[in-house]
This record gives sequence, C-alpha cells and structure tokens, in this order.
Amino acid sequence: MPGAIYAEGLVKTFGDVRALDGVDLDVPEGTVLGMLGPNGAGKTTAVRVLTTLLQPDRGKAVVAGIDVLAHPDQVRRSIGLSGQFAAVDEYLTGRENLIMVGQLYQMSGRDAKRRAAELLERFHLGDAADRTAKTYSGGMRRRLDLAAALVVSPPVMFMDEPTTGLDPRNRQALWDVIQELVAGGTTLLLTTQYLEEADRLAHDICVVDHGKVIARGTSDQLKARTGGERVEVVVHASEHISIADEVLRGFGKGEGTIEPHIRKLTIPVTGGAKLLAEVIRELDARGVEIDDIGLRRPTLDDVFISLTGHAAEADENGGKGGGGAVGRQKKGRKGAEPGEPVAPSGAADAAEAVDAGVTTNKEA
Amino acid sequence: MTTVTRTAGGDAHIRTPQPRGGLGRSIRDSLVVAKRNLIRMIRIPEVVIFGLIQPIMFVVLFTYVFGGSINIPGAPAGNAQAYREFLMAGIFAQTVTFATAGAGAGIADDMHKGLIDRFRSLPMSRGAVLTGRTLADLVQTALTLVVLAVVALLIGWRAHENIAGVLSGFALLLLLGYAFSWIGALIGLSVRTPEAATSGGLIWLFPLTFISNAFVPVDGMPTFLQHVAEWNPFSATVAAARELFGNTIGGAPKSVTGAWPMEHPVLASVIWSVLIIAFFRTLAVRKYRSATA
Repeated sequence: MPGAIYAEGLVKTFGDVRALDGVDLDVPEGTVLGMLGPNGAGKTTAVRVLTTLLQPDRGKAVVAGIDVLAHPDQVRRSIGLSGQFAAVDEYLTGRENLIMVGQLYQMSGRDAKRRAAELLERFHLGDAADRTAKTYSGGMRRRLDLAAALVVSPPVMFMDEPTTGLDPRNRQALWDVIQELVAGGTTLLLTTQYLEEADRLAHDICVVDHGKVIARGTSDQLKARTGGERVEVVVHASEHISIADEVLRGFGKGEGTIEPHIRKLTIPVTGGAKLLAEVIRELDARGVEIDDIGLRRPTLDDVFISLTGHAAEADENGGKGGGGAVGRQKKGRKGAEPGEPVAPSGAADAAEAVDAGVTTNKEA
Repeated sequence: MTTVTRTAGGDAHIRTPQPRGGLGRSIRDSLVVAKRNLIRMIRIPEVVIFGLIQPIMFVVLFTYVFGGSINIPGAPAGNAQAYREFLMAGIFAQTVTFATAGAGAGIADDMHKGLIDRFRSLPMSRGAVLTGRTLADLVQTALTLVVLAVVALLIGWRAHENIAGVLSGFALLLLLGYAFSWIGALIGLSVRTPEAATSGGLIWLFPLTFISNAFVPVDGMPTFLQHVAEWNPFSATVAAARELFGNTIGGAPKSVTGAWPMEHPVLASVIWSVLIIAFFRTLAVRKYRSATA
C-alpha cells in the first residue's frame, strides 16, 4: 500500500531545464520526509506538484490516498501547505487571516472563528491576534502561515523551507512547533537546505539534486554511507602533535589526518565513547595536554558532499545571491528557470547551521 | 477514499465539510475574498483617496480649461453649461475604467506575496479569488461615483431624467467598471510585479477613453477616428449614460457615422460589457488555474 505521500516518475520541465527528472517518493503515514537539496534542485517544484499547484509533464502522484492529477480538489481538502514566503495578508489581522482560510476550507463562519482562536493561542499569537500581520516579526509571520496551513488539521502537510530566512532563535522556536505536530502523527514532507533541520526533524531523508533523488534513507543510514565515526583531538602545544599521533594510531582503524596549523588530529575509529575515554587516559598518561577532544560523527553536509561532489550551499547555477525577490522574479519568467526562489542569505545560514566536523571530511 | 486518520497536532480531526454545490460554494468563497479585499481598502485608504482625486481633477480641468472652447453640436457656441453636462458621463465612464488598474495591481501583489499559491492550495472555487477581487473593486467604484456625482452637482452638472433613468445610467457605468476589472484581473495574473500591473492597466486606457465620445464630440475627428470612436465599447456606455441622465442636446444626431451602438447606446452598452466579462473572465480564470507565482 502506498504511503500518505506517494510519487512515481514525476517529470516537469521548464524550457530546457528539467526541474523534476523522474522523482519517486513514498512517505509512510505518520512520518516525516526531509527533502534536502540546494537551490534549484527541484524541491519546490516537487512540492508544487504534490499540492496541486503545478501539473507534471509525466508521472503519478497520490496524496492521502487520492490521485493528485485526477482529483485535485479532494486532495486540497486533506493537505496543508506552508510555502517559502509567509503567505499571509499583511493588512488583515492574524485572526482575520485564519478565519478567512478556514472559511475557504469550507468551514462555517463560527467553526472558522473558533478554530482561529485555538490556533492563535497554540502558536503564541494570542496577544497579537487583532493586530495586522504587517506589524508581525518574521518569526510571527511564519507561525501565522503555519497556523493557516493547519486550520483543518490536515492529515498531510507540506512545508517548503519553513525556516529559510529566520534567525536562529526563531528557527529553533519553529522547530519546536513542527516537532509537536509530528508527535501528533501528521505526515509531513519538509524541504530544506539546512542539513541540521533535516537531521533534527525528519525520519527519512531524500537528497535531491538536478531534479533527481540521488540518495534516500534515515539520517544514520546516509551518514553510514559516508563513513563511520572518528576521534578529533586538538592538542595544546605543537610539540605534542607527534606523540598524540602515535597514541591515536594505536586506536585508529585507518589513516588519520593532521592539521598542524590548528594542532588538530583526526582518525577514524570504532568503539564509541568507551574508546574515547581510553584515548583520553592514554594521552594523559603520555603527558599530552589537550585543548579539545571529541567523537565526531559525519554530518549530513559530509553526506551531501560525498554524494554530489559539492557542498549543500553551493549553487550549480552560479551563485544566485541576493534577496528572495530576485528568485521570485526569476520564477515568474516562464520557461527560463526551474523556479527555485533564492533563499535570503542561504549559503551563510547553511554554513552556520552545520556542525564543525565538516572541514576534516575531505582530507579523511 | 483516504485511510489517513492521524492529524496535525493531535487535535481531534476537524472534518472538512462535504463539498457544497458548485454555485453555492463559488458565491460564498467569492464573498469571503471580497470581504478580505474590502478590509484591505479600509486599512489602506490612500488607494481609495487617490482614486478619487484623479477624476475630480479631470472634472475641474476639463470644465474650466477646455469647457469654453469646445462646441457641443446643437448647443450655442462656447456654452460652458452644455459642455459640463456633456462631459460628466465621459468622466464617470473614464473613472469606472480605472478599476482595471486596481484589480490588476491587487492580484499581481497577491501573486507576488505567495497568497495566490495559498488560495490555489485550498479547496475553494477556482474563480473566487478573482471574482472576490472584482466585486470589491465594484464597491470601490460605486463609492467613487457617489463622491464624483456630488462634485459634479457642485460645479453645475444636472441630470434631467427621472430617478429610474439616472440609476440605470449609474448601473450601466458600474457594469462597465466591473467588466474592465476583469481585464485588470487578467493583466494582474500575466505580469510579474504590481507596478507593471498598474501601468499595464492604465496605458491603453488613455487612447481607449480619448478616442471616444467622452470628452469631445466626435464631429471634429478625422473620419477614420469617428468610426473607431463610435464603435468603441467605451463610447456606448458614455452615450447610454448621457441619454439616461438626459444630458443630450435635443435635435442633435446621435451618431455621426451611423454606427449601430450609437443609435442604440443602452443596449449596446449592456452587450459590450457582458461580452467583455464573458471573454476576460474565461481567460482570467483559466490563467488562474495554472498561475505560477
């Protein structure tokens, strides 16, 4: 039986660009699929097809058991969509926005009002409920947008880069909200450029590049493909590097690397925390002073680099930097672009969001 | 049907009401969207106010700058009162066509902000976003006409027909405005920015409204333009309003070229407006279905 979100061989071209080049998806009910990929990979196009906004050239899509192409209106009853841009009317109050969306989901006026009040409380917008959304901060708008997507408690949710452009504090807050939803059993497809986000929220991850799913699995499975854990040591003094190296070789399961300028040694290991404790004792016994030591597991960024040959934030189309407006304009030009809007300062955010372990991977 | 039972946030699943009949849903959804647009108008009163200033300016400029030099057939030369009465139907008609720019800019803005995507992902009627917008514009147009009529009365315009005639005249003007806001809706869905929608909604209105019987009698135009002007859909409504307001000069021929719409302006006005709505609404709704923000 297909999952709550199912796609087979989705193809969508815009002019010469194959935004989707044969995408298959199968998201079991009650799970979260993180769709990970750089700008222009086809993530937004996939979401637009699954949410009935875009007709694919070829392929099949089933959402909540309903054929997307045959019965789009029925699909719309069962889904909630939170897009890349907080799609709320800024001249309406938070409450008015939610009531409107409820009524357009065909709820009665009274139900829509009651539901709006509930959601405003739940998303901590109660105090701001009767202010126009124009006065909201970016994080508040995102929360309102998410609330709008949840008006009918849809069994299937789509979130397209829900935290793009948010500061770390607001991102954290939104993650908490999403985790709450997921705990309630919603099936969720989440696209993101942030590896940490997929790692944190998704049960399964698929990595998309150039309109194709190039890898899928759990976060752990993908990391295992890239290689196992390793010990990283930063010694206090350069003189100790050679002794430390000797110690590490005694524990290591392969070739390590040394970065003398930052006095950092890395070596692949097996044995986890127990082994780490032994390494520390041994280094101590040999009189090596340590600034930092840790057991590092590969990050999804490592996975991305090993799969695609480029970092997640790298953009094949050549650094379409700049604000969201640029991306949006490109999107409007028919047939010119696959239509992935540019995330505001996406590269910088992605870099900041990942673990420090990335740097050593290439040499390892 | 769906076997999915678990729901977002662990709430008891709120059952989406069964689909109601197509027309009922369409009307209700349109009203919901219209209400939203009217709230916006109240919260951004500048738009309404600027929408009022321009026609008032036109009334004053045309009346006092051109008024003395334009001869109305059948009236004594340089009769300013005759021109005032002649002009007002033209100004009213031009004013209602400016709804085009408002509808276009509003819809382009909704596209730009991702709201159209949101609406398109909801189980709502496919035409409702556009119908709601054009209905809200109709309310704004009506409001503008009321203010403009008061200004017109102040500078000496008078209607000479009974109240039913006058109201019918305004009804035809509103119908024309409603028709033009559908052209605006299509423009709004076709351009990339609200700014483009505003200028794209206005530039062609100038030749359209000036190559007509609205501001000067067509007698003085070259023969070719006389034909264009008298078949211009816009002219039909101007002539109809003039007739219904009793602002025609008795004895003057209705048409210079013998064009059918000028001989039967009321009927022609209705036909033109209905045709414009049917044509542009069809195109706009089709475009909306595949709209890509």
